[in-house]
Amino acid sequence: MNVSPGIAHQFDDAGQQREAATLGMWVFLATEVLFFSAMFLGYTVYRVSYPRAFADAAQHTLLVVGTMNTAVLLLSSFVMVLAVRAAEQRRRFSLAGLLALTALLGAVFLVIKGFEYAQEIREGLLPGANFHIASSQPEHARMFFYLYFLMTGVHALHVFIGVLLLGGFALRALFTRRIAAMGTAVDLLGLYWHFVDTVWVFLFPLIYLIARHP
Amino acid sequence: MSSVKHYLQILAALLALLALTVAVAFVNLGPFNTPFAMFISLAKGALIVFFFMNMRRETPLVRLVGGAGLFWLGILIALAMSDYLTR
Repeated sequence: MNVSPGIAHQFDDAGQQREAATLGMWVFLATEVLFFSAMFLGYTVYRVSYPRAFADAAQHTLLVVGTMNTAVLLLSSFVMVLAVRAAEQRRRFSLAGLLALTALLGAVFLVIKGFEYAQEIREGLLPGANFHIASSQPEHARMFFYLYFLMTGVHALHVFIGVLLLGGFALRALFTRRIAAMGTAVDLLGLYWHFVDTVWVFLFPLIYLIARHP
Repeated sequence: MSSVKHYLQILAALLALLALTVAVAFVNLGPFNTPFAMFISLAKGALIVFFFMNMRRETPLVRLVGGAGLFWLGILIALAMSDYLTR
């Protein structure tokens, strides 16, 4: 039996092992799509039912902040791709640095989002006892903000988990004795990070770009 | 694995699409503002999935599983909305 370092015994070769890992990650991401799609469906149903209230409510979202955050996440995905490259090329310090930079950009996203939440809570846009908004259908405008906090909150949780993983991986890249064994793991972390970025790409127009034209 | 320059071009395309979708939101397209914005998001998503997530180089099996997530999403939205939109 052919035993190679870095290949588990159930696999024929490195290619097959990598495909199995990638396949598993995509299965996980497909379940994540389903997890988010329930919320996207809820959003779609309410928005189609109460377009006026959603347009009123969306005027209160901070477009400049949202656009900036989208750019930050897109940039972080680009840096993540460079990290995956560095892992394939076994460049230890580039890998650690690029993973740390991706984590930093994720953290920047979360900090910006935090200030945005604080501003919205001050304006009384958090559904609850203090919620108030100028709309002919305040109860439906409130549903927009309920969905907004739910969807961006769940997304932010994903970003937060990603930041923790990226930070952990950066440390691992610095200290591991077998940098070659990290390639697949970094690859899969990259898939997760890009997925979280993609979710934001679809959230962004649904939150910030409603009825902006005169 | 592609060159850094290649990935930079993808990033530039993503940022250009972001600028485009924000700019077009200020133009009154009647009922087409949201479909256009979603179309741009689909384009951005496709760039991320095929280039950053390297789907263009994956095996048919991985593509099938990736596509399945999207397909289920389609079933969920299409069947649910076929009810809500026809009430």
